[in-house]
Amino acid sequence: MSSSMVFAVTGVLLFAIGLAGMLIAAHLLRKVLAFNVLGSGLFLVLVGLPQRDGMADPVPQAMVLTGIVVAVAATALALALLRRLHALTGATSLPRDTDA
Amino acid sequence: MKPWTVVVAVLAGALALIFAMLDLPAPAFDLLPAVTTHLPASGVEHPVTAVLLNYRAYDTLLEVAVLLLALIGILALGIDADPVAPRPVEAMLSILARLIVPAMIVMAVYLLWAGAHRPGGAFQAAAVLAAGGVLLQLGGLIASWSAPRARLRWSIAGGFLIFLGVALVTGLESTLLQYPMPIAGRLILLIESGLTISLGLILSGLFLLLSRDRKNEAP
Repeated sequence: MSSSMVFAVTGVLLFAIGLAGMLIAAHLLRKVLAFNVLGSGLFLVLVGLPQRDGMADPVPQAMVLTGIVVAVAATALALALLRRLHALTGATSLPRDTDA
Repeated sequence: MKPWTVVVAVLAGALALIFAMLDLPAPAFDLLPAVTTHLPASGVEHPVTAVLLNYRAYDTLLEVAVLLLALIGILALGIDADPVAPRPVEAMLSILARLIVPAMIVMAVYLLWAGAHRPGGAFQAAAVLAAGGVLLQLGGLIASWSAPRARLRWSIAGGFLIFLGVALVTGLESTLLQYPMPIAGRLILLIESGLTISLGLILSGLFLLLSRDRKNEAP
């Protein structure tokens, strides 16, 4: 297994950790953090997988570069929404769905 | 959903993904030769910058719009307008900010310039500028934003507007964002300079706006 595949496999594991965190955690701040872990895993896959032949591909790298900046902005917007929710209702988690 | 069900399902999915990746055949087409062949025509020497600001400049244009929208979204949510009591600032942090931030600005300009021929560019430079803005706020040297005034609003939107202007002019001349060959490098530098300042303000603004709203914080 080449070193770039190590990045890709680590990325998948981070993606899995983030996905599980998003589904399990109730607190919205934890969900936002898990979303970031998930995104970092995806970026690792996007950088690692295309260079498994040993040549770095600049196209996915440019995609990840923009992705990181968009993820920062999305996180900030999510935090702003979370603070607004907390200010208006005092809640830090979404109401659970009840099966009718 | 029970937590262990989630863990088992996610683990199974991850294993399937890993085995699929290890078994993946070589890609049917390779973009690398295309990127390297046209590099001399792109106006810059570094392939990532060429992809970002020439080959896929339309993606980058829309991405800057997304960033602008995120900041507008935060502004639209409404920010606490109450005056905030200044909180005590550690002298160490304040001194450190004074020492480091000028160096960070120099670093940002270098990164912007280096983007043409080595790793670097507008996004990295803007990230360094934004970190400088956060450091200044934490060091108590600048206040958080309450509502950006006209000049700040123009600076925040400026990078996107320059980019959009270049897109419009090139779109009227020939194809959208197809730079004329002799001035491609200069156009990219113009766009990147605008983006560095605007993205730096947007990214630090995300923090400076959120840190303003201190009333709801736990004591």
